[in-house]
Amino acid sequence: MSINVRGIRKNFGQFQALDDVDLEIPDGQLVALLGPSGSGKTTLLRIIAGLEFADCGTVQFDGKDISDQSARDRHVGFVFQHYALFRHMTVFENIAFGLRVRPRRFRPSEQEIRDKVNQLLSLIQLKNQARRYPSQLSGGQRQRVALARALAVEPAVLLLDEPFGSLDAKVRQELRHWLRQLHDEVHITSVFVTHDQEEALEVADLVAVMNEGRIEQVGSPEEVYNRPATPFVYNFLGNVNIFHGRIDDGKAYIQETDTGNLAFVRPHLLEITRQPNGANHFRATTTHINSAGPVVKVDAITEWGAPIHVEMSQERFQSLGLAKNELVFVTPRDIAVFGKERAG
Amino acid sequence: MASIAPSQIRGAFPQRNDAASVATTESSVVRWLLIGVAVIFLAIFLFLPLAVVFITAFEKGMHVYLQTFRDSDTQAAIRLTVLAAAIAVPLNVVFGVAAAWLIGKFEFFGKSLLITLIDLPFSVSPVVAGLIFVLLFGLQGLLGPWLIAHGVRIIFAVPGIVLATIFVTFPFVARELLPMIQSQGNDEEEAALTLGAGGWQTFFRVTLPNVKWALIYGVILCNARAMGEFGAVSVVSGHIRGLTDTMPLHIEILYNDYQFVAAFAVASLLALLALATLVVKSIAEWKAAQQLAAQSAADMEAAQ
Repeated sequence: MSINVRGIRKNFGQFQALDDVDLEIPDGQLVALLGPSGSGKTTLLRIIAGLEFADCGTVQFDGKDISDQSARDRHVGFVFQHYALFRHMTVFENIAFGLRVRPRRFRPSEQEIRDKVNQLLSLIQLKNQARRYPSQLSGGQRQRVALARALAVEPAVLLLDEPFGSLDAKVRQELRHWLRQLHDEVHITSVFVTHDQEEALEVADLVAVMNEGRIEQVGSPEEVYNRPATPFVYNFLGNVNIFHGRIDDGKAYIQETDTGNLAFVRPHLLEITRQPNGANHFRATTTHINSAGPVVKVDAITEWGAPIHVEMSQERFQSLGLAKNELVFVTPRDIAVFGKERAG
Repeated sequence: MASIAPSQIRGAFPQRNDAASVATTESSVVRWLLIGVAVIFLAIFLFLPLAVVFITAFEKGMHVYLQTFRDSDTQAAIRLTVLAAAIAVPLNVVFGVAAAWLIGKFEFFGKSLLITLIDLPFSVSPVVAGLIFVLLFGLQGLLGPWLIAHGVRIIFAVPGIVLATIFVTFPFVARELLPMIQSQGNDEEEAALTLGAGGWQTFFRVTLPNVKWALIYGVILCNARAMGEFGAVSVVSGHIRGLTDTMPLHIEILYNDYQFVAAFAVASLLALLALATLVVKSIAEWKAAQQLAAQSAADMEAAQ
């Protein structure tokens, strides 16, 4: 089912959580709402779910306006950040809940409920834990039960609020892969909220980057990472060096003095050489080198005294034979220039 | 025989105990003094009265004790007390659950005023509470003449006693439930909603089971107070023997008639009720604590 969000605004008292948000989510996609805390991503998710109602704007499922429908009638699966499992019910009963509360006409038979829950239990690999209570499970297991519970009612849309937010790094990694796999199998339109750019870029088909109640950019992970539309996206997705910049003849330049514009260059797109490289370079002195890991990180100070970060491969580092406190030439290979007011 | 005094232990493990005593404990004299004061205090104010009730009740043997309960006035008093509690407790359960749910789950104008009003019976003297009803429904009261003209008797009759009991036991259930409901947040209810559950289904399948033990505890306290209430009921009752006497009022009458054994026999029944209440309360608390412990242990595990 496709989701279409149009002109959503939402205030909590004085705080503007969402400011005229438009978002189109194609059928069957796995979409990440990515942004820092307070950017409005969870509020947007809850408005899509019907747990919160917008001050103005509409939400459409498959072109049908459902803005006034309650969460109960929207048939969405919602996975809560802190799982929100029913603590007095076993894992089995948690998953069966959505089926059991249906009106009698639509309620499956006891046998059908059993089959469905068992099938989901195998999907989440918790068959042996069916009789346990949520309090007896680990965080990762609880999150999987929450997901199975949401999937049990065969929702039209799956919404996940920081699904891996409160898990440790290793479990996160596993569940992330698992969610991607699950989505490839089930193909249900899914939206998940995250503040972790790595998570969003790795798992999602489409990433919507949010900031201060607005959507800054929507695109594939490659698009938002390689062609950020705004300074915020540049900054939020990965490390970046910020310079004064200007645009001349359609080309971007870095310069020493303030021009009212800012130039953004990713650390791996600054190339260090021993020899000057035509006119397109500046000088810098290396201050610190961290060569542990697949990528070598070099800190340097430019000739006008600004600190920069450069990343290069181990091979490149070896062939340069770089050391601390050396004078080098730096060539930016890709510069993005934004007006200062937009860069905040 | 040879018990080891704390000072001897200190000699055996000098470093550890010195550090502990400096940091958190007092000298043994102070410790025993404090414990002694507490024990004496408990003995005088709790164990002694309870013992006296039962000793006096059984002073003249089992036969006289049981004889008390064959008296028709005593039986009527017990029946009235049970009746008043049987009406007041369910009503206050319904009210208490509704109020705690409303206050715990929703934000609305006048919320703090409502909380204050619920606490009112705690802060008002029961005698004043009784007087309020006399002033409202009594012969010279606001609504009294009209009610009597229509043949409804409230003061010096059973309805007055029930009303006074409801008023006095008003806050118990709501007050027990409120912190529990507030601490649990709305997550599970929202989950139930997205899974297609309606309001009543959510309430009965999710909200209520989560506060089960707090509710039971509240009901026990409410019932104990309903059966034991004296002040408010005394004002509205009129002390008509066999008609408007509850157990506590009957005890007073028997005592004033110098029927000490009978008075204490009826009192022992109330004391038994109190003891039973304590047992059920301990079980409820133990269950609730167990639930909490399991929850937090799993939380710790999840956090690691």
